[in-house]
Amino acid sequence: MPSSHDWINKPLGVVEAMFAQSNSNPEWEAKVLEYFKGQLREKESHSWVPSLNDVPLHYLKPNSLVKFRCLVQDMFDPEFYMGVYETVDPSTKANVLRCGKYKDVTECGVDLNSRNTVTAERQTFYCVPIPGESPWAKESYGCSSQARVVPSTSYVPSRQKRSYEEDDDDMDTQPQKQREPHTEPHGNGDSKRQETEAPSSQTTAPSDCSSHLDLNFPLPGERGPACLVKVYEGLDSFKLNDTLEIYGILSVNPVLTVLGEEKDPSLLLLNPTESMETPEEQRAHDPPASLVPRLHMLYARPLQHNNPLLPSAPTEDQSAFVSSFLVEMASVRAELLAYLTHVLLGDGLAAEYLLLHLISNVYTRRDVLPLGKFTLNLSGCPLNSYTERLYQIVQQLVPCSYRLSMSLHTMNSMRLVPKKDYVANRLVSGALQLARNTSLFLDETQLEQGQLDSSGVRNITALGNLISWQKVDYDFSYHQMEFPCNINVLVTSEGRSLLPSDCQVPLQPQVTPPNMEEYLTTIHMAQFTSQINKFRVYLSLARTLDYSISDEVTKAVEDDFVDMRKDDPQSVTAEDLHRMLVVARLLSLSLGQTTLSRDGWMRAKHIDMLRRSRTEQQKSLNGNEP
Amino acid sequence: MDRSKISTPTLRCFVETGPDHLCILPSEVDMSSPLMYGTPSSRVEGTPRSGVGGTPARQRPDLGSIRKAPQVDLHSEPPSADGAVASEQALGQKLVIWGTDVNVGTCKEKFQRFLQRFIDPTSNEDENAGLDLNEPLYMQKLEEISVVGEPVLNVNCSHVQSFDADLYRQLISYPQEVIPTFDMAVNELFFERFPDSILEHQIQVRPYNALKTRNMRSLNPEDIDQMITISGMVIRTSQLIPEMQEAFFQCQVCAFSTCVEVDRGRIAEPAVCRNCNTTHSLALIHNRSAFSDKQMIKVQESPDDMPAGQTPHTTIVYAHNDLVDKVQPGDRINITGIYRAVPMRENPRQSNVKSVYKTHIDVIHFRKTDEKRLHGLDEDSDQKLFTEERVQILKELASKPDVYDRLSSALAPSIYEHEDIKKGILLQLFGGTRKDFSQTGRGNFRAEVNILLCGDPGTSKSQLLQYVFNLVPRGQYTSGKGSSAVGLTAYVMKDPETKQLVLQTGALVLSDNGICCIDEFDKMSDSTRSVLHEVMEQQTLSIAKAGIICQLNARTSVLAAANPVESQWNPKKTTIENIQLPHTLLSRFDLIFLMLDPQDEAYDRRLAHHLVALYYQSEEQIEEEFLDMAVLKDYIAYARTYINPRLNEEASQALIEAYVDMRKIGSGRGMVSAYPRQLESLIRLAEAHAKVRFSDKVETIDVEEAKRLHREALKQSATDPRTGFVDISIITTGMSATARKRKEEVAQALKKMIQSKGKTPAMKYQQLFDDLRGQSEAAITKDMFEEALRALADEDYLTVTGKTVRLL
Repeated sequence: MPSSHDWINKPLGVVEAMFAQSNSNPEWEAKVLEYFKGQLREKESHSWVPSLNDVPLHYLKPNSLVKFRCLVQDMFDPEFYMGVYETVDPSTKANVLRCGKYKDVTECGVDLNSRNTVTAERQTFYCVPIPGESPWAKESYGCSSQARVVPSTSYVPSRQKRSYEEDDDDMDTQPQKQREPHTEPHGNGDSKRQETEAPSSQTTAPSDCSSHLDLNFPLPGERGPACLVKVYEGLDSFKLNDTLEIYGILSVNPVLTVLGEEKDPSLLLLNPTESMETPEEQRAHDPPASLVPRLHMLYARPLQHNNPLLPSAPTEDQSAFVSSFLVEMASVRAELLAYLTHVLLGDGLAAEYLLLHLISNVYTRRDVLPLGKFTLNLSGCPLNSYTERLYQIVQQLVPCSYRLSMSLHTMNSMRLVPKKDYVANRLVSGALQLARNTSLFLDETQLEQGQLDSSGVRNITALGNLISWQKVDYDFSYHQMEFPCNINVLVTSEGRSLLPSDCQVPLQPQVTPPNMEEYLTTIHMAQFTSQINKFRVYLSLARTLDYSISDEVTKAVEDDFVDMRKDDPQSVTAEDLHRMLVVARLLSLSLGQTTLSRDGWMRAKHIDMLRRSRTEQQKSLNGNEP
Repeated sequence: MDRSKISTPTLRCFVETGPDHLCILPSEVDMSSPLMYGTPSSRVEGTPRSGVGGTPARQRPDLGSIRKAPQVDLHSEPPSADGAVASEQALGQKLVIWGTDVNVGTCKEKFQRFLQRFIDPTSNEDENAGLDLNEPLYMQKLEEISVVGEPVLNVNCSHVQSFDADLYRQLISYPQEVIPTFDMAVNELFFERFPDSILEHQIQVRPYNALKTRNMRSLNPEDIDQMITISGMVIRTSQLIPEMQEAFFQCQVCAFSTCVEVDRGRIAEPAVCRNCNTTHSLALIHNRSAFSDKQMIKVQESPDDMPAGQTPHTTIVYAHNDLVDKVQPGDRINITGIYRAVPMRENPRQSNVKSVYKTHIDVIHFRKTDEKRLHGLDEDSDQKLFTEERVQILKELASKPDVYDRLSSALAPSIYEHEDIKKGILLQLFGGTRKDFSQTGRGNFRAEVNILLCGDPGTSKSQLLQYVFNLVPRGQYTSGKGSSAVGLTAYVMKDPETKQLVLQTGALVLSDNGICCIDEFDKMSDSTRSVLHEVMEQQTLSIAKAGIICQLNARTSVLAAANPVESQWNPKKTTIENIQLPHTLLSRFDLIFLMLDPQDEAYDRRLAHHLVALYYQSEEQIEEEFLDMAVLKDYIAYARTYINPRLNEEASQALIEAYVDMRKIGSGRGMVSAYPRQLESLIRLAEAHAKVRFSDKVETIDVEEAKRLHREALKQSATDPRTGFVDISIITTGMSATARKRKEEVAQALKKMIQSKGKTPAMKYQQLFDDLRGQSEAAITKDMFEEALRALADEDYLTVTGKTVRLL
């Protein structure tokens, strides 16, 4: 058996050793998986594996074990490969049986007519880093990694290269490359981080730079490596938009690129099969390995959340963590509420609702009805950059978020719904292809009067569908396909939003700071990192808690509803009850209570009353609302 | 571009210039069978060509090169026998084709026997229309070939399977070897029977409907080189690719020519001229080489076959010769072909290769599955197949007395109560029996039930629509606000590349045989709504646009939801007044339901209970319900395909009575409460209810339920708010009989008053109004007054110009 960390540095060695021992008994495949799973189960062992997310590609050794935290953006067609094949040594004429699994290319001298060739099937997933991952989450994941990354020897002396890049950076005045202050995991220097962010401009040959490869990230301005993951087992268990942590063997063999590029036109004429792939398709499916590395999956762990501050796997660790945190839940809630109240200019009710919104989660679906969603419409927001600052604060609290500024131009021009591109044969991503529990911040204050064109109307419809049914209809041009999602949508607007929402809260500022920017910055600065971290844990944890309603409380709720309707049937409708049940659920969870109490119900009713009286006021003020 | 354009000149040029090279006629070089039959010379001599020998064989690039498949003796070592191919037919009995267990002789015999004997009395395929089902099916098809002259014989694999399972297995496993043998067999048989017929080329056998694979997703490495059938949708077709089959070389020195076959995409260029021994003197002559047509087609999994949450797979398909350009992007097709995997070509400059194979399908047979939707009358061709057990479960469910209630409660369980509405929708899902009166010129009777839901906002109308849309396989969901007439019907588009006009179908056509859910029906523009008139009664859609005139089938049920005009339902107004829809359209709905808040305590309590339960039910309960939905789906699909109930005597009697009753109720008070359209609705509903019971007969109980539901719906929507009586004329004329009577009275009173005033040619508008108000005992509104004026103007009694009223 391999020694200490060979399974990380030379996983293929392990695989091959097992293959050799097996004598073509097919059980070896299961054994390989079992072995790696076992290694990873060991305490902390997964933190030794370097991550593609925070280590630049050229620091990683080819054919070593790496991990990748990602979202499955597209699933390509299954492909057949040589699972087992035979090579002939030209000098000795001896036949050797070899294993083709977890590899992109074969050894020399393949005997194509051998009877021992076994054809096997695998599928390729196109994976991108989790869209909208907040900088703090990225950073914190990077810190927790214990992987010792030594620049790979296959590259020119790294020191020289780095200094060259630093020069390069100085000349480069791209505004996107703002560096956030952050702690460096282990003295690899600043340059390392920048390389992660923009590998495309630095690690590739000049020819690639010119062609400018579209890495198909769902959100504009995203960076980080995209990856072609070869999946061998359990193909049906993966779904589009799953967030996974994939452990696999990194393959960056340059052959992959060369094979695609070297096209002799004369050969094409005689063998048109080769030319069947359009150049677009080839670019999408076989991008240069230096840009889009291949990852041969050994093990994948579905991520329930991507909050680095929480234990990731549902183990005993986690339940211990949860129970210890439950104790201080109420106090953290109070602090967070105070913080949000400040942020929302002293409006306590709006802060309460914002808090509930942040822990909402579609926990189940009843036929077409998603349960647990809680879209919040914060109306009456002050104009000028307030919403922008508000988003920055939300971003600091949640691991995944995106702000969509709903200006007329973006609504008309932006692609929100993913669309299948049949020429390149891939799913072109759109801004609504998001991971579960992503906070989508729709800024309607940016919308001005004007004409929406047809794509604008489509985009608005898509947003409406997302809010009402928590689904996105992907455009497959001949038909649409429905993908359920779980996205927290927060709409900020001046008046009532044109989009549907579960609940509208008109903001009633208690303070009017003369300088908004300054006001919010001071509030933000006043919080310690440890405090913010607590908030982060709190928000992620509250949504994972279980919840139930006892029969007794059910009865009480029913009675209440009947009473309310008795007085004035118009005042409370079924829809209101729906909403109040969600509010009650979220309120209880926010306090760490896993069952609904009578108090909880009364509280929910109470704050909903407050909110409704506020909207009514608004109506009478405006007067012209229906 | 098609094959003949490329190859015909070549062919002609051969015949003219090279009579001494007869043996290299391009069409005969790649023999379509493993055994050569007919000598090359005999083929050219026979003019007119006839008989097996006289008809040129045509290459079958779809089967690939089969010359590499020699026959071997079953008992000898395969590799060594390679060279010693026994070509003697006498020995044929013991020989098999290398690598298979196919013996050419027996295989041929078996297939001939199949052709001569196979009878399928139960066949209901459209292709067999007009054939005598009690005669051997394929012999009739051969006769057809001799008449029509199209040398293609389509063979249904399931026929082969039922006739000879072993032959079927061979066909599936070794299509490359077996199909040429079939070709040979069929040609021998054909020319024996019709020795004088002239065909363009020899008959080619095209098997289809192989049971091996149905779903693209289930293709796996074991299927390589086997015959498979998959269904999918064409997403892209390539340009035509001329594929060289044979290269023609000519010596530059002595003009000696030679032909080289293309072997796996490569041509071995002859280095030395055989005639004059000059080295490297041979040059490729393009226009004398032989090409065949080829087209790449990309096929994508059809959305129904896919597991949720995954993206559809695509497969590359190659079509050859006359199959080129047979399909267009967007077509749904079943493809029968041979699954191939080719290793990535080795790059001579590279020592190691990518370990991936390229896969594709060489197509043998296309079958469009949606063709019928546009032309034929048959039920779905892609009939869902039910297993025995499933049918058993469904029948068991059907035999339960309360099946109707069970099913209706399984419908959208998350939506509370509205039992009658759910029942109505359930009947809509089943639909009536389709009746064809096209012979007598009345065309089809509508079998689909249309339903309109109207009511207060927030009464889960949209949710109900969404549910139905998700339940039925061919459902479409549109919102009145977002759809235009074009989006609903069809539009003509010009392909920017080919300049070809393409007909793109909209929601109504797409939901043919399904349900079209239209939300916010009231927000729809008038022009859009007008399109629905034809669809909802005639079930067709006529298009005359950009030179395309056609009538498309749109046998769709419409489930629409509308909000009242005043956002809240006004109980003091009629349905028409509340939703402001043209009554011509309203009368086309079989059932119009009101979804209103009943506002009573018991209801509230049940509603609250239901909602709370919704929020804390356990996973298992949800799981159970999900099962219900699958069963419900199958139940509906089964009933729609297999059950066609007809009215029995009693039921027709009951219907007649019901209709007479409905008319009687109305006539007593001077209004008509039922029209023939309502009778048709009743019949449809009764039929649908019989379908729910899996009954072939419509009985009295079905009529009873139809009556009840119809009455319930009427009671809700056609109650005259002023009298409280059911009045169908609200729906059919947009006005209740009492209202109409009242209008009449006001007009008459006004006329009398004007007449009493004597001869005054012009009057003040306001004064007239005041006078009328003063005279009448009932309150007269301005609206009523204006209406009365209009009525009198219609009688040509007076005209209104601005503020003055003039007598005529």
